[in-house]
Amino acid sequence: MLKLSRYVLYDILRNKIVIAYTLFLFIVSFSMFRMEENSSKAILSLLNIVLIVLPLISLIFTTIHYYNSYEFIELMLSQPLSRTRILLSEFGGVCISLLSAFWIGVGVPVLLFSADETGFALLFTGTALTIVFTSIAFLASVRSKDKARGIGFALLLWFYFALIYDGLVLLILFAFSDYPMEKFTLLLSALNPIDLGRIFIMLKMDISALMGYTGALYKDFFGSGKGVLFTTVIMLLWATIPLWLAIRSFRRKDM
Amino acid sequence: MKYFFTIVFSFLLLISFGNTIIVGPAQPIRSLKKAIEAARNKDTILILSGIYKEGSIIVTKSLTLIGEKNTVLDGEKKYEILLISGNNVVVKGMQFRNSGYSAMNDFASIKLVDCNNVTLENNTVIHSYFAIHISNTTNAIIRGNKITGIPTSEQLTGNGIHLWKSNNAVIENNHIQGHRDGIYFEFVTQSQIRNNLSEKNIRYGLHFMFSNDDNYLDNTFRNNGAGVAVMYSKRVRMEKNHFEENWGASAYGILLKDITDSHITFNTFLKNTVGVHMEGSSRIEIQKNSFRNNGWAIKVQASCDDNVFHHNNFTGNSFDVGTNGTMVLNKFYNNYWDKYDGYDMNKDGIGDIAYHPVSMYSMIIEQNPTTLMLFRSFMVSLLDKAEKAIPSLTPQNLLDDKPMMKILKL
Repeated sequence: MLKLSRYVLYDILRNKIVIAYTLFLFIVSFSMFRMEENSSKAILSLLNIVLIVLPLISLIFTTIHYYNSYEFIELMLSQPLSRTRILLSEFGGVCISLLSAFWIGVGVPVLLFSADETGFALLFTGTALTIVFTSIAFLASVRSKDKARGIGFALLLWFYFALIYDGLVLLILFAFSDYPMEKFTLLLSALNPIDLGRIFIMLKMDISALMGYTGALYKDFFGSGKGVLFTTVIMLLWATIPLWLAIRSFRRKDM
Repeated sequence: MKYFFTIVFSFLLLISFGNTIIVGPAQPIRSLKKAIEAARNKDTILILSGIYKEGSIIVTKSLTLIGEKNTVLDGEKKYEILLISGNNVVVKGMQFRNSGYSAMNDFASIKLVDCNNVTLENNTVIHSYFAIHISNTTNAIIRGNKITGIPTSEQLTGNGIHLWKSNNAVIENNHIQGHRDGIYFEFVTQSQIRNNLSEKNIRYGLHFMFSNDDNYLDNTFRNNGAGVAVMYSKRVRMEKNHFEENWGASAYGILLKDITDSHITFNTFLKNTVGVHMEGSSRIEIQKNSFRNNGWAIKVQASCDDNVFHHNNFTGNSFDVGTNGTMVLNKFYNNYWDKYDGYDMNKDGIGDIAYHPVSMYSMIIEQNPTTLMLFRSFMVSLLDKAEKAIPSLTPQNLLDDKPMMKILKL
């Protein structure tokens, strides 16, 4: 399985898109830290990159990669290898390449310029989101045979998580504004990995604003060890469940 | 030469101010009460180290009480320790502890009633209900005292320094912590509060009601339950104070309620949930302050009018200005806002387009606080951008039309 992952990794590195992605992240993060006079403002700009660009790239890159290596997968299937192992090594290869791009591109500048709690929260969220969206992309691409449909579906998912979901939440919060919604928002935040990651970083960054009533609840919850555990577990669930579903349908799939 | 003067002055003091009575465990006079009984006006009582448990001690003469390093007056959690009602009394360098608690009376470690010219200096007060309680007093000087309470609940803890119906008081260099309100003013006029540190109090670091013509300068109010409240007062001057880390749903750097004709200058507001909260206030000039890393730098309710905000620095705040209506009768100009993204074509250091410090999302949160969950999300920044292009929710005329391009040096 490791051997297979290695081949996938070599393959990805050869087509240079990941290297370009790494460079892009690195230049953006580096220039933000140099441009802004205080590092917290740079972190704020990086937050948008991590929450918007990272999931998008992870989704698109993974789906395109899957369809491009369709023939390779078919070849592997003719070998005495289990389907689970093939998909897992594909996942491993893509994940490792995207993660190393993130760590070099964003991790190094953050560690250089702002190695504090907020910085680490940003790195944690970025790592988790990369894994989660790679896993979601695998589900999207395994489910649909057609490349255009797969990429379209992945884009739709990105739209949903990055934009539509928040709109729905706003709608719900206003529709039920007469009721105590504080605890419910905790549940809502768990249903979207981007929101969960954002709140996790926000707790380190906007601590003063968050100390209002709702915020105090968040602070008590997410700020404690329990909250870190909660975030990690939910992120893990978001990573494993789509991957597991993808593997399940991959095993039954008629290639 | 210096010694000579000291000796001469001490001598002069002795003749002009009367005798010195020494009280101590190994002295002829062992009880402070007896010493006070024996003393005449202008006498000095030197109280040597030791623990004195004498219940309530009442001073009605003009005396100077001086303690040693370990002079402790203990209230045994039953009594009010020192009750002063007279003129020209000085209490220096003593330790007061364990004053009584009463739900009916405001028991205090040191209580001043109907006094004139009283100085309380370098005393330590620990575990008191009220620490220093002053009423109907003129020219009280409270200097260099260290006051530490046990924070329990608002009902079971009194105020650190409590003044009621007094004037010309000076409160400086004190350190107050763990009380209900650090410093409490009610009907106190023409007084100064300088260089105090008030922290970790349950309610307010400074609580100010119906007190006109007062100044507070160079104080630090940190990590109090609700910050500082200044209410129903006129002509208050607040300068060079630090308001830090007042966190909570209703915690403010300063809460200004019905304040008029006042000045807030050169203060620093750091990491408060709300830096300045204004309600029903008029004609306040807020200039040259620094607002850093607050949740909201300023919340101006629509009931405020004729307030002027200029030459302030706003950096790293989650929201710069919040308000609850579209009516704006206040003026903003020449402030530095780190969120300003305009340009300066003629290079005069002043931005060419106006800055709207109220973001749409701060209006939404004002209406529905739970939506704070979505803060900094992509959708919210889209909404903010849309609102900037076509304003509908945010007050149109709440703007800084001459924002500074560079941070101001304060």
